[in-house]
Amino acid sequence: MATLDDVAPGTRSKRKLTGYWLILPGAIWLGLFFVVPFFTLISTSLYDPTGSVETGYSVTWHVQNFADAFSQYKGSLWRSLWYAGVATVLCLVIGYVLAYAIAFKAGRWKNLLLILVIAPFFTSFLLRTLSWKLLLADDGFVVDALQTVHLLGPDDRLLNTPFAVIAGLTYNFLPFMVLPLYASLEKIDVRLIEASSDLYASAAKGFFKVTWPLSLPGVVAGTLLTFIPAAGDFINAELLGSPNERMVGNNIQSLFDIGDYAAAGALSVILMAIIVALVLVWVRTSGTEELV
Amino acid sequence: MTGVLKIRRWVGEHVVMGLGLLVLAYTFVPIAVVALMSFNDSSSSRNVYRFQEFTTSNYTDACGPDGLCSSVMLSIWISLGATLLATILGTLAAFALVRHRFKGRSAANLIIFLPMASPEIVMGSSLLALFVSSGLSGQLGFWTVLVAHVMFCLSFVIVTVKARLGGLDDNLEQAAMDLYATEAQTFRRVTFPLVLPGIIAAALLSFSLSFDDFIITNLNSGQEVTFPMYVWGAAQRGVPMQVNVIGTAMFVISIAIVLAVELNRRRQEKALT
Repeated sequence: MATLDDVAPGTRSKRKLTGYWLILPGAIWLGLFFVVPFFTLISTSLYDPTGSVETGYSVTWHVQNFADAFSQYKGSLWRSLWYAGVATVLCLVIGYVLAYAIAFKAGRWKNLLLILVIAPFFTSFLLRTLSWKLLLADDGFVVDALQTVHLLGPDDRLLNTPFAVIAGLTYNFLPFMVLPLYASLEKIDVRLIEASSDLYASAAKGFFKVTWPLSLPGVVAGTLLTFIPAAGDFINAELLGSPNERMVGNNIQSLFDIGDYAAAGALSVILMAIIVALVLVWVRTSGTEELV
Repeated sequence: MTGVLKIRRWVGEHVVMGLGLLVLAYTFVPIAVVALMSFNDSSSSRNVYRFQEFTTSNYTDACGPDGLCSSVMLSIWISLGATLLATILGTLAAFALVRHRFKGRSAANLIIFLPMASPEIVMGSSLLALFVSSGLSGQLGFWTVLVAHVMFCLSFVIVTVKARLGGLDDNLEQAAMDLYATEAQTFRRVTFPLVLPGIIAAALLSFSLSFDDFIITNLNSGQEVTFPMYVWGAAQRGVPMQVNVIGTAMFVISIAIVLAVELNRRRQEKALT
């Protein structure tokens, strides 16, 4: 891209420095409060586990913390990944329909529809989750309706089940799926899709051979932006689930509450490590490099 | 026969849009519930998860519950501060990334992407670990929350402004320079007004992210109680209906602002053509 940089070669070195000056404040902020804390977290996870707020904490390279945290919280780690995975797939299916409709069918209503996609963010996340608690309640109309049509037995419930937690996660992170999907669908040249139908591809074939592969960067970005926050979330599990649905976020939060920084740190590091590993595998297999 | 075909074609053309609108409608169901419950009279029953009776008293007595309005005010102050700082730092960084070539750009892009792709619980606990290990555990409160909010808003600001800046036609700036505008004039009269919608969008996004944050705030706020934390605390005992009034008001005000920005954009676009 031709930028103003190219105008006068003589001023180039000055301009190079301008770039550094402009990015410096933001970079320092992210460095100090995002990158450095990660390392502090890792050192926290190596604290002597007998430390407390009163006696102080010390780094004793207590690697055992990781093994302890892992074996104690395996169940909820596994559950977090499982719930987040199901929610991500659901978001992908529902979100794809919406993103596709906005990108290809909305015409001049595009901007308005995009505003509506993010509009739910304008009320509090917690309030929306509490609304689901009301909607899915045992004497609520959703349960009543499902019981009348015998999809649910008279004693079955929705609230405090894995279903409710997954539904809540799906609902809350849907916009994070829709926006990247829309961004990459919108870039697709419609003539390519038309060409596939001119060459006698069925609508389904045209979709799977043309539209879907071209939307892959959006699929990868959307699944990451949905899966990662969903795996660390504890609000949905706390408000919509019972103690049987506790996710790893709930454990980390309560470990911090009781001041067990070593275990909380170790568990956070484990969660992050699993997520990074999964993300790398997923990005590799889907074969897209352009994320940002 | 042609009638049937016509109907089939019409359905085929509109089925995707119809499904899309259904998805959109589904995302608004909980908001409808919040709005409905803001008119609920819960004084006769302790079950706050059921509509009892219509009343407007929640609106006239919005600050009734102890600590509710002070938590809203605290959230507003934190969000304003975080938005201001994140928008300034983020816009500068976006200009650097789009307009300047320098070493370490790809590393910078990665570090900007990471906060958006990290679980909040991990970012929140890392920051808490940092504050505690620097001996600030007694000072947790407004400032630590503000620092945290600027951190996670920054990436969103940079990405939003970058998108706008990257999509600019640089012919416009070249034209201004050709017409003997100085660099400063070009920036003030051409570049900045063109980027402004992106900056406004970024600021609105920051404000709503900051106002709504619970997980990171909860870990780093010490004794302070923001609005989401108030709701969380109240959810354990039974939420006062006034909380829904705040939720509804937030929604209506934000929609009004966003629509005003969008209408203004449309008017300007019309004026240009």
